[in-house]
Parts: sequence; C-alpha cells; structure tokens
Amino acid sequence: MKSKVVDVSTAVSKIKDNDTILFSGFYARGTAPDVIDEILKQGQKDLTVATNDGGWNDVGVGKLVSAGIVKKFICSWCGRTPIIPELDQKGELSLELVPQGSLSERIRAGGFGLGGILTKAGLDTIIEEKWGKRINVNGEDWLYQTPIRGNVTVLEAWEADEFGNLIFKNSQRNFSTVMAYASDIVIASVINPIVKAGSLDPDKIMIPGVIVDYIIQQKGV
Amino acid sequence: MSDKLSVKERIAKRTALEFNDGDLVNLGAGIPLLCVKFIDEGKNVYLHAENGIIGATSLSETDDKEEFLRNHLMDAGENPIKLLPEGCIIDSATSFGIIRGGHLAVTVLGTMQVDQQGNLANWMVPGGKFAGMGGAMDLVVGAKKVIVATEHCAKDGTPKILKQCTFPLTGSKVVDLIITELAVFQVNKEGLILMEIASNITIEELKDKTDADFVVSKDLKNIEI
Repeated sequence: MKSKVVDVSTAVSKIKDNDTILFSGFYARGTAPDVIDEILKQGQKDLTVATNDGGWNDVGVGKLVSAGIVKKFICSWCGRTPIIPELDQKGELSLELVPQGSLSERIRAGGFGLGGILTKAGLDTIIEEKWGKRINVNGEDWLYQTPIRGNVTVLEAWEADEFGNLIFKNSQRNFSTVMAYASDIVIASVINPIVKAGSLDPDKIMIPGVIVDYIIQQKGV
Repeated sequence: MSDKLSVKERIAKRTALEFNDGDLVNLGAGIPLLCVKFIDEGKNVYLHAENGIIGATSLSETDDKEEFLRNHLMDAGENPIKLLPEGCIIDSATSFGIIRGGHLAVTVLGTMQVDQQGNLANWMVPGGKFAGMGGAMDLVVGAKKVIVATEHCAKDGTPKILKQCTFPLTGSKVVDLIITELAVFQVNKEGLILMEIASNITIEELKDKTDADFVVSKDLKNIEI
C-alpha cells in the first residue's frame, strides 16, 4: 500500500483553471483552510465552486470569491458573503441558488450515477423559474434538477489513516459523505495526526479511503 | 406570568403547545428558536438542525462556547449546542432525507409574508439582498406540519397575513398553522379559519390588522398564553 499523504502544494497542484470544486463545510467550519490559502498562492482561476454557503468574505470559500478567481458559485445561502450577490449583480460571477436539501441530493446523484433528482422543494419559486424543470410523473408534479459533479472535492476530516479512510467530528461531516463520491479527485485535510492503515476501527470509518486521492496533515490554524 | 413575557415570547409560548411527546422538530431563527424554553418539561421533544444534528440542547452559562464550536457542535445558525443523551449526528443528505421523507413532525418558521392559500414568502424582499433560502424550501415541502410563528404585522404596522404574497415564494400551499400574538389561524383548502384570538382584541379589530380573508371557527377560543 502506498501512502496518500502529500504536502498541501502537491495536492492543490492537481486543481486546474476552469475546474469545478466541491467544498464541504458550514460557515467555513469544516472547510479546509490550508487548501483555500494554497489555491490563492498557486493562482488557479475561473473556478466553479459548489458548497453550502459562502463562509465569510475573508474566511473560507468567500476568500476565493474576494480574490476574483471564481466565475460561478453554487450554494444554498450566502448571507455572510455579500460580495457574492454583489458580483452576481454586476455580471462578474454567476450565482446559482439551490435549496440546501436539493444541493446535497444533486451532489449525491452526481456521485452515485443517477440522472438527477425529483423533489417538491422549489416548485412555484425562483428555483423552478431559473434552474429547474417541472415534470409530471403519474399525475404528480415534481421539480427536476440535474446532478452536480466536480473535478475536485475538498474535505476537512477529524481523523484519517495514510490510505485516506476518513472520520469526521460532529457536524463537520455535513456534505462530505456525498461530495467524496462526486469528483474525479478527492483531497482531504486532516486535523489530527494521520495514523497507519489498520489503526482506525473499520466500522467507524465514514468515507472509504479507496475513493480518496490525496491527504494532507493540516498544520495548526 | 404571561404579562411579563415579550410579544415574541408569547408567540413562542403558544407555538410550543403544538409539539407532542417524541416529536422531531426544526426551529428557524428568531421567534421559532424561542419556543425551546416553553416546551412542557413532561414532553420529550427532539430538535433537528439542517447541518446534521438530532437532539440539540442549549449550553449552560459556564460552558466554553468556542470549545463546542471547535468540536463542530453547532446548529444550522452556528449557535454552539450540546447533544441530549439520545442525540446523534447525521450527514446533510440524511438530514434532508429526514425532512422530505416525512420523519420531521413540525417545522416552525418566521416570515415576512404568508397568505390565505398557505403560500409562504420568507427568504427574500424584491430588490433586496439575494442571500439564498438555505433549507427553508425543503423544510416547508417536507415537514408533516408547517407552522408560521410571526408578529401579526410588520414593524411599520402593515399586515403580514395577506390575500396573496407579493414577495418571492419559499413554497406554495405549504403552511398549516399561523400563530401570532393576536390570533391562531388554521390554513385549509378553502382559506383561513380563525381558531383562537387574543383576549384584548375584537374580531373587527383583528380584521383591520389582517389583509387576508378568514372565517371564524364555531369553536373560537382565547389564546392560551
């Protein structure tokens, strides 16, 4: 078995201009801060970002928007990152809003080989007007939304082994368990010391290391 | 005791009567979250948070909030929380599966507008900040019971309970019950039914503060707060 532990610059060098990146986290908690800072350093641009919320203008994914390197932002809420709706209004960024449950389910569809989702959430709202399609199945109306996939998923984990088996702490888990399956490359930044394969209880592992590509030991933040 | 409660607390206290023993409930920010302190001690009510929490409870004053946040113990409004002994953690997909799948007994939301068809508009003012809906659109279509808990009128005195919402909708025909400091309305297919009224107001006065049409239940009671 080859260890997947790399330094942050190696992991981030796999991200290319124009990539779509899925970031886990809520209000930037559970969003890998070391990966965000390294993207800013390496200067990838024209990114599409899908994540629950924008964090803050100067914390979490909001930092990438503030740096002007995001062309499209997909989220359920951006109330603490006023720069996102501002840039959307100026036409400098395209904002797509997705009801939070539809966001996790669209990503799940993307990761699990499904052609999209049918939900009641968003019927008769701006979501149907701008981003969805009403479909009638056996006499019942549903809103169809497409799957979401990324080139790269960026996670923050609490514990990991060198093969990339991951364990999360409390609400840090949030979107990780769907995002991990929905990108070609999965990067995880790990808070606690990364352990040898075989050290974690297999029944407690939340994401199988076999789908994780690069793991980073997070430095104190 | 009720005299000492603020308007918001009175609305929350009446709303908390709607919870049954064993219910899983989701409470929005503002008045809905105030319901927590009015839940009957004899009832086990479990708080759900969109970010994957089941069984959230409040910290005590001596708890270190930052430590809880560092350990990712927070609700969907980034308030630090504790878990009840029965509590557990789930991921986002499961959290919303629980909502849409009919496992959430009640969702309580505040609002800017609600109308007599049960339409809700609580996420955006036209021309205002385009901040997003978070989980509200999923909650209103998924929860078994959707309660709107709100002050009867907006700050400028204009009615919030309308014939037809004018702001962008959160959901259409989704609201089951509207609770304010002045009235409790049930929302049926035919429209609003006034079930309870505050003791300090007449039905005529209530009509002046309510744009929506409503019929008066033959079992009309005073609000118990």
